Amino acid sequence: MKELIRRLCQVYGPCGQEEAVRRLITQELTGLVDESRVDALGNLIALKRGTGNGNAPAKRVMIAAHMDEIGVMISHVDANGFLRFTNVGTVLPNTLFGSRVLFANGSQGTFGMDGKPLAVEKPEMAKMFVDVGATSAADSPVGVGDVGVFRSEFADLGKRILAPSLDNRIGCAILIQALKELTNTPNDIYAVFTVQEEVGLRGATTAAFGVEPDVALALDVTLTGDMPEAHTMEVALGKGPAVKVLDKRMIAHPGVRRWLINTAQAYDIPHQLEVLEFGSTDAAAMQISRAGVPAGAISIPSRYIHTPVQMVDYDDVQNSVRLLVNALGGPVDVTR
Amino acid sequence: MTNESLRSLISNTQYPLLEELSTARGVAGQEGAVRAILRQAITPHVNSVETDHLGNLIARKAAQNPNGGKPLGVMIAAHMDEVGGMVQKVNDDGTLKFRAVGGIDARILPGKRLIIGPQSVPGVVLEKPVHLGRSNSAATIDDLIIDTGGASGINPGDMITFENSYGTVGHLLKGKSFDDRVGCFILSELLKQEYPCDLVGVFTVQEEIGLRGAKVAAYSVAPDVAFALEGTIADDLPKDEDISSTTVLGKGPAISVMDRSAYADRRLVELLTLTAQEHAIPYQIKQPGVGGTDVGTIHLAQEGIPSVAVAVPCRYIHAPAALMNPADVLHTIELMAKALGRLPSVWESQQ
Repeated sequence: MKELIRRLCQVYGPCGQEEAVRRLITQELTGLVDESRVDALGNLIALKRGTGNGNAPAKRVMIAAHMDEIGVMISHVDANGFLRFTNVGTVLPNTLFGSRVLFANGSQGTFGMDGKPLAVEKPEMAKMFVDVGATSAADSPVGVGDVGVFRSEFADLGKRILAPSLDNRIGCAILIQALKELTNTPNDIYAVFTVQEEVGLRGATTAAFGVEPDVALALDVTLTGDMPEAHTMEVALGKGPAVKVLDKRMIAHPGVRRWLINTAQAYDIPHQLEVLEFGSTDAAAMQISRAGVPAGAISIPSRYIHTPVQMVDYDDVQNSVRLLVNALGGPVDVTR
Repeated sequence: MTNESLRSLISNTQYPLLEELSTARGVAGQEGAVRAILRQAITPHVNSVETDHLGNLIARKAAQNPNGGKPLGVMIAAHMDEVGGMVQKVNDDGTLKFRAVGGIDARILPGKRLIIGPQSVPGVVLEKPVHLGRSNSAATIDDLIIDTGGASGINPGDMITFENSYGTVGHLLKGKSFDDRVGCFILSELLKQEYPCDLVGVFTVQEEIGLRGAKVAAYSVAPDVAFALEGTIADDLPKDEDISSTTVLGKGPAISVMDRSAYADRRLVELLTLTAQEHAIPYQIKQPGVGGTDVGTIHLAQEGIPSVAVAVPCRYIHAPAALMNPADVLHTIELMAKALGRLPSVWESQQ
């Protein structure tokens, strides 16, 4: 599975331009699903049919993992070939110095800032520029509207993994792996690889409308509180998948939460509860689709989210797959 | 649009419909006067016209010579509402407390003439004469009151608009509410022509307070593809540094790649830029990351609708007198007409 993670984390796919990620995932899903389609916004919607549960029809369970990653969009090329930019998704200015960006055409660059030496000034995006090695506007290989994504080398640290854009290629990898391991299910599993999550849960909004699920889950990364002087948060790397209780935009459906916790307990899967004070996931959009959908999330503890080098624990990744496979493999009961 | 009709538009220096639209008063939620003008203007050219529950004016025009099969459904939105204000309280001395409806920078208001309520009562925003000392702090809406000279017949909830200012400045057009009456004007012109797609022109309500009309209109129209036509920010004044203007007057229609409300469908951006290049129509890419349009809610309707916004650059939008270049207006009409003509075949080839 590490090879799958490595490959997913290297594919170019900022919000709105997820085509290459979608192609890779489509290949990986060959033979694993009964049908798949791409909707108008670019979401990949794959269906693995369930057998139903006795006389009851199969429940429609939607699992969303977003394909897109944050980046920077060029807004101006100056006479000397320096590129001004705006953020695509939440970009942290402190992380830009020393970062490497990759554009769709393969061009690469790094960041600089107007004025004084770096050490004395707080970075501000309005004062920063991307340097792609151009010497004039005319020879810049990228222009206004082009998007760069953050890139670093994948590294297997043994227990843990370093890679760019684990947010949320790790969710994509877990969903693919779960489909490989899920041999039989009573439920209709809609594995949805969404677009434009980082700019406002936009893909999940339209995909949920199209799928009309009975139950919805998001697979995404979450923050941790296990670093020196970290913001207080119970989630830690290595303690298992985090079952979402609450984040900035949703309160997880208590029935969904219980379904996941009961599954983890039944199969002896380490897990933790997530109370996230920053950010949200596709589950928030799915929850308020149409007349409302019971929704929750399996969150993968992750350090250094929205920086070019992110970290997850490989045991957490594997336990997330186990939790998902076992949760989807049996009847889904989310009654309150 | 045919070259002949375009030429006749360009040779005109008078745009009576644009003047009528700019002059009409209609802040969010009170777009009735604008809707009436548009309904009359477009009815002869379309198959049907209806007003939905929120007040969106929806005009349908069936495809001519479609490629075969079900014609592609295309929605074009332009919003009827303008930024303005609402009377909050009539004070005992007859002056008015008020709120902004939509984004208005209070610093532009002191001393301005405004028009209040259904009877179009004129008023002036209070301004302390310079003789009494200069204030170092900028006014907020809370600091301001409107003086109508004690006019009667004004009630809380009445709409407040800028005074009409339609005219010309040099070779530029001047007026209030070009955001988005210029979009309404362009859409009206487009509805006069025939296209190989089913065209639904939607004049939307309540854009300035959250893209609300477009949200429900896109849900009910459920098109295959959508465009929003806008008047957008132009800050093309001399700058000290080598930085971009959001848009520049005279450089043609501004195409949005990404703004705060949406990420444009790249296929539609390409359709527009290639069409412009082939027909030698000037165009510009709007500075990314700035502003928002009806596309923000349209593209999220139903199962998702590929969408893009095209705008006429306007200096001083959300203020009493915006300026725009008539050539940009005409080039936007031309670009949209040409793009609509080839859209069905381009779209089919990309499915």
